[in-house]
Amino acid sequence: MSVTMADVHDDDTRASDIEQLVMFYLNDQVFGLPIHQVRDVFIVSTMTRVPLAPAGVAGLFNLRGRVMTMLCMRELLGVTQHVDNAGMTAIGIEWRGESFGLVVDRIGEVASLSRSTRDLNPANLDPRWAGLSAGVYKLADTLLVELSLDALFNNSLKNAA
Amino acid sequence: MESLESCVLYGANMDDLLRDFVIETTENIDVVDSELVRFEQDPNNKAIIAQIFRLVHTIKGTCGFLGLPRLEALTHAAESAIDLFRDGAPVTRDVVSLILVTIDRIKMIMAELDRSMQEPSGADLDLISRLEALVLGEVPESRPQASDFSNLNGEGNEDITVGTLVYQVLERPLRPGEVSLDELEKAFREGDLPETEFNSKTLNDAGLSSNLAAPEPADTGMEMLAVDGANKKTSIRVSVDTLEHLMTMVSELVLTRNQLLEIARRDENSAFKSPLQRLSQVTAELQESVMKTRMQPIGSAWALFPRLIRDLCEELKKEIDLETIGAETGIDRQLLEMIKDPMMHMIRNAADHGIETPGSRTLVGKPARGRITVEAAQKGGYILLSISDDGRGLNLKRVREKAVELGLASESDAAQMSDQQASKFIFNAGFSTAEKLTHISGRGVGMDVVRSNIEQIGGSIDISTTLGKGTRVEIKIPLTLAIAAALIVESGGQRFALPQMTVIELVRASSSNEARIEHLHSAPVLRLRERLLPLMQLSDVLGLKQASEASWENSFIIVCQVGQLRFGIVVDSVLQTEEIVVKPVSVRMRHLSCYSGVTILGDGTVIMILDPNGLLQHLGSSVEAHNDNVTDIQTQVSDEEIKTTLLVFRAGPGAPKALPLALVTRLEEIDVSRIEVSNGQHVVQYRGKLMALFSCQNDMVLRESGNQPVLVFMHGGAAVGVLVDEIIDIVEDVLNITMESTAPGILGSAIIRERATDIIDAAYFVPGLGSDNPAVSRGRQRLLLVESNDLFRAMLVPVMQAAGFEVVNVSSARNAAPHLAQEKFDVIVANIENGGLDDFSAMADGHCRLIGIASRASQHLLQTAHDANFDDVVGIFDREGLIASLRASDSMIGEAA
Repeated sequence: MSVTMADVHDDDTRASDIEQLVMFYLNDQVFGLPIHQVRDVFIVSTMTRVPLAPAGVAGLFNLRGRVMTMLCMRELLGVTQHVDNAGMTAIGIEWRGESFGLVVDRIGEVASLSRSTRDLNPANLDPRWAGLSAGVYKLADTLLVELSLDALFNNSLKNAA
Repeated sequence: MESLESCVLYGANMDDLLRDFVIETTENIDVVDSELVRFEQDPNNKAIIAQIFRLVHTIKGTCGFLGLPRLEALTHAAESAIDLFRDGAPVTRDVVSLILVTIDRIKMIMAELDRSMQEPSGADLDLISRLEALVLGEVPESRPQASDFSNLNGEGNEDITVGTLVYQVLERPLRPGEVSLDELEKAFREGDLPETEFNSKTLNDAGLSSNLAAPEPADTGMEMLAVDGANKKTSIRVSVDTLEHLMTMVSELVLTRNQLLEIARRDENSAFKSPLQRLSQVTAELQESVMKTRMQPIGSAWALFPRLIRDLCEELKKEIDLETIGAETGIDRQLLEMIKDPMMHMIRNAADHGIETPGSRTLVGKPARGRITVEAAQKGGYILLSISDDGRGLNLKRVREKAVELGLASESDAAQMSDQQASKFIFNAGFSTAEKLTHISGRGVGMDVVRSNIEQIGGSIDISTTLGKGTRVEIKIPLTLAIAAALIVESGGQRFALPQMTVIELVRASSSNEARIEHLHSAPVLRLRERLLPLMQLSDVLGLKQASEASWENSFIIVCQVGQLRFGIVVDSVLQTEEIVVKPVSVRMRHLSCYSGVTILGDGTVIMILDPNGLLQHLGSSVEAHNDNVTDIQTQVSDEEIKTTLLVFRAGPGAPKALPLALVTRLEEIDVSRIEVSNGQHVVQYRGKLMALFSCQNDMVLRESGNQPVLVFMHGGAAVGVLVDEIIDIVEDVLNITMESTAPGILGSAIIRERATDIIDAAYFVPGLGSDNPAVSRGRQRLLLVESNDLFRAMLVPVMQAAGFEVVNVSSARNAAPHLAQEKFDVIVANIENGGLDDFSAMADGHCRLIGIASRASQHLLQTAHDANFDDVVGIFDREGLIASLRASDSMIGEAA
């Protein structure tokens, strides 16, 4: 049950001010990750917990022979209110030659959004969120937080470890 | 005929070496090329020049023993020139150009070497003379640019010596129309190719075609030239990434196969069965082959050594034997590459600096032939490599001086440094104590390179040396990339892999007496064959949920050995053993010392690989310091079954504590209301004086009211008290310390009356009891204590020091010998229970007072001691008696003087 996103990748994104984001959800909040940073989307079956691991590390997962370090987005963003989701969904990314999986509630579609609708983080945003956010897109019915991998690895995880 | 001969002698082996050398050097030269250019632009960057120098030095060294004199001479000249930059000579364009030209020449020779497996004849006097002139301080004349290859093409014709090619000696006259290789070579040099198009590529091609054009005499061993193209393809370099990827793919294939087999198992009559079996077999073979591409016995790198040693022997006029142990130890290919050079450097160092000449060896009573031992073993998550020699050892005095000279340490720091620390200086860049440079070593690059190479792969290097006895360098390389056999264990509902190398045995814990887990002040221990084994509960260490005390029962204890220390890891169950591929831990979790890696099991589960070394840190850091002595104490005491009177008491929570009763002067009970605090110190008025009170716990816990028991010690005429909670008993039992201390102030643990009990080090709790008291000494007397029991030594030394003696303590008469040879003692105190009385009296030789000690002085022993010229015999625990006896010797010596 894994979808490779590479084929969705479109070349015209670079030319225009359109950003293509893979949407994912924690509870009802929608987030987005630039599509070129997404390697796979997969269902997490059995994850190996790592005792003593820093906060935010949910465990290890074997994705076709690759050991992925799974990061729990709920924990990193402080979304504690738990929903009952059968299988966990994860977004596979690569960072500095290592494979990571971001555990999220569910994956949405790929949204093509105009950068003009992006705003800076509001000043009163939870620092944990602000630490990971590259900006906020104003959608018609909701707000989408763009996840920044740089921020994720440089701020959140560093603090956690 | 040297090079031909070596080819015959070393056959295919040398060819392999040569090929490796060519591949590697070609790479290195390319680096030197670009680095030199970078250096020219940034002449103040010491790092670049150091890197260049190292590379050239390595090439030179390798040429030396591969028997490539032309390259060696050229690189030596180049190295000397580069060395000037290292010393801060101005970097001019001309000089850099000259070096670049030299590098191009090296490339040319390498190309020829690659093609023919023979060094082309000739010398490079043109370049060498200019490089030498440079070193001597002459400004080089303006010369062609680096890109200009005119020098190859007979540049400075008069300089080029056309030597006769060794291998070109034909055993028959030339046939008509044949061209001798000499001439060919000449033609090649003076080639009529247009100068403008002359680059190394065309040179190569030209050389090849002219060689092939010439009919090759088959009987001169040169046929390889003809099949040259085929030869090249027998080995290729594959990037580790590619192998890694291959490995991943194979792992995945294995998993898929396992799933298929599972499905086929359910359906007995499946048509898939036989093709599946075939698939299974092929997969297994594939897996094995892929694994093999990464693993190599370490001995393959050692193949170079015998030749290296032989050449070094000749060159240095020394006789050296080489001993290799553990050549079959598997090591990851990549790691092997990385440690090859460091190992060679160290062997060269050992031969050049370590081993003495046969003459000087015989002079100091060593066998004329020196010995270099190379040893490899896999221990825990590491490969341990050691290179030791029985040579003269490091001159640490000189090392210290040199360190001060180079500004690495201040004079006082260097003097105070332990020998171990001081010897580490040799790993600094540019550090050499050699008086003169040889081309083998002594430029002070070797150990620096060695260290940086080892550290690059996450290893560590250590050196120990004894003057006159030899030097031992130990390298520890992590197993990050290797494959290991592992025990799969379960703890707290999770599986972990534990490298089997560290596992000694498995013990099933039960509530029966044999394998019962006991707790000593909350520290779990196991009695294993009359020894106390410290335990750790894995789920505790890893912070996994620990159900209850009951989980200790029926658990498994994995007895591990790390270094000298044994300890047990308690797990819930042991599942199976498996060959695992060690993958590195994510950078995010690399700080967790408990893990050495990650692996994927056959069923696809990812599990953590435990690192016993890292786990050990959770056992307490003071453990290691004492562990060396454990076995000694144990065997020694249990052999004799000495019974000691012990005071058993309770102080603080946990196991009861004990100490030899003889150390305690008196037991008192003191009303807590009388205890006062003066100057931050608890004191009590005792017999008209103030007695300082100490606790044998970290915090002074006083009772609310009533009396508190106090152990009173006499120290320097004053009384000191140690508060305890309760005196339990006075017992006579065999004092058998079976577990080293895990806490300060505790000498160890022993089984007393069937209970685990902490043995207290009184000197720790009573400051000053163990320290020197210089006021007492009036020209301090020197005392040699010979006592094999560590506990007794620990107890006696403070007593003797308090009595004003300067104490040297050794564990046996044998160990005493070197001290006696060098120093003079006033008193010798020796334990005479083990016999050897005559040895001791020989040691004293009538020059100094000889006191025997024994835990129980029987009449018979006294008589024997008297017969053996002992001056006195006292009980080990008879503190007063011992001091009195020592004082007697004091006054006696005083009178004699």
